[in-house]
Amino acid sequence: MAADPRPTRLGPQQAAPAQPMPTTRLSAWEIVQLARHPQRPKAPEFIEHLIVDFTELHGDRLFRDDPALLAGFGWFEGQPVAVIGPYKGRDTKENLAHNFGMPNPEGYRKALRVMKLAEKFGRPVLSFIDTPAAYPGDDAEERGQAQAIAQNIAEMSALRVPIVVVITGEGGSGGALAMGVGDVVLMLENAIYTVIPPEGCAAILWRDAGRAQEAAEALRLTARDLRGLGIIDEIITEPEGGAQTDPDAAMLAAREAVGRHLGALAALPVETLLERRYQKYRIIGRQVERLSRAR
Amino acid sequence: MAPWLRKPNISASQRREMPAGLWAKCPRCKNLIYQKELERNLQVCPKCGYHHRLSAAVRIAITVDEGSFTEFDAGLTSVDPLGFSGYPEKLEEARRRTGRAEAAITGTGAVDGFRAVLVVLDFFFMGGSMGSVVGEKVTRAAESARQQRLPLITFSASGGARMQEGALSLMQLAKTSAAAARLHAEGLPFISVMSDPTTGGVTASFAFLGDVVVAEPGALIGFAGRRVIEQTIGRRLPEAFQTAEFCLEHGLIDMITPRDQLRAQLSRLLRFFGAPRAEVEATA
Repeated sequence: MAADPRPTRLGPQQAAPAQPMPTTRLSAWEIVQLARHPQRPKAPEFIEHLIVDFTELHGDRLFRDDPALLAGFGWFEGQPVAVIGPYKGRDTKENLAHNFGMPNPEGYRKALRVMKLAEKFGRPVLSFIDTPAAYPGDDAEERGQAQAIAQNIAEMSALRVPIVVVITGEGGSGGALAMGVGDVVLMLENAIYTVIPPEGCAAILWRDAGRAQEAAEALRLTARDLRGLGIIDEIITEPEGGAQTDPDAAMLAAREAVGRHLGALAALPVETLLERRYQKYRIIGRQVERLSRAR
Repeated sequence: MAPWLRKPNISASQRREMPAGLWAKCPRCKNLIYQKELERNLQVCPKCGYHHRLSAAVRIAITVDEGSFTEFDAGLTSVDPLGFSGYPEKLEEARRRTGRAEAAITGTGAVDGFRAVLVVLDFFFMGGSMGSVVGEKVTRAAESARQQRLPLITFSASGGARMQEGALSLMQLAKTSAAAARLHAEGLPFISVMSDPTTGGVTASFAFLGDVVVAEPGALIGFAGRRVIEQTIGRRLPEAFQTAEFCLEHGLIDMITPRDQLRAQLSRLLRFFGAPRAEVEATA
């Protein structure tokens, strides 16, 4: 047995890394910082490491090619897959070129075009999510940001091929959900997924963006919280201190989880797959039935 | 230029439902209007055409054929799933103020003789925000339309997803959109009516998934908030930004229909799409 306690990498028989006992539990706000860490591996790096011969496809055929979103085909562990993911840059120059990974409507429409190709050719879809939000610009509104998101959500709910979603960093509200409806939703341990950024929530509810830490706790946006609420299916373990301390370890854990789920989903008949996907979202929510008042 | 093309600058407090007094002040033209006259005019200002916001109950009353409405799920009630500070109090206040359990009323009714399933959001209940209960009611309504082979008509008035239920609210976008997609797959008509305001997560889900999207004049319709956009782009936006008229010009909606013509418009569309008339169904 190896003395090195860290899991060996790239071994062909590599099993899932054992869940390390968390030494300290991070606060929601600390996790927000890790999810946004500049050195954190981003969706393009996950694609680069997990996908062989990634071939990018461009454009929505309607307006332009959105540099904030990557979409194309490639091979995952010997299987052809469609891949989508926002392009958050590694530095300011890249971020400016790719709009900080905030897609415009044409980005979501490009992603949809590639997902429909995946459906046509019977290839599963792999979606890596790390976006602060759909781009809040005037031109994005003019071109129908809301409509683009709504359409992707609706189409993904009924796409006739398996969809595996991995939230790797920031899952920013509708802008993330527009790439995030799937049969299995995985989430890295220090990723976040939220209906509104904590700063925005604090500004609206308490008129004080400075109370973002409080909002981060209240929103229950960590992987652990969301697992408890039934919103995500599985947490992908990160190395101690966050994925940026050992990106390869994070990639390896993601590869294992994605491979396992893709394999299981491939065995399902398409009608079963679709019904399961519908029911997965159908049951999300918390409410009580009271006897309605007599009228 | 039609009078509704200019968006009035109305503060939140002015946007409240008209007080129960004899006279109401129009938030746009500032004229005093006899309350009874405003009611007769479907809460549209007779002087300037401003479309006042409607409670869900009033919307149903002016939309469906008299006595035809049967409500679904009136007892579906929100809980505080995240333990979000202040949420139970806000819910209680909204219940007290509106006399309703939640921000949506759903049910079946006839519109000019066409039976349909209706969803009406109530902006006066926590800004018409969609949390678990609103999402569940919309979804059940869409499923009911599917089971009964009826058209679905939604009337939106909402600030978007309800923050206090966090990602549970976000998931209601997926739940309602999936239900709408199933209606489309089965060839059932779905007409979405957007009233002032329809924004955020409601636009990014079922409200923009209608076969036909109809808006009321002057309605605010958009995804991101004006302030967020202004901060992002670093300049002020024109007054008419994100109005129904702006959306029509940019090809995002099908038509703008003044309130007094809405019933006729819905009836015309349902006839085009082959929806069954109530009388026909009764004799079938």
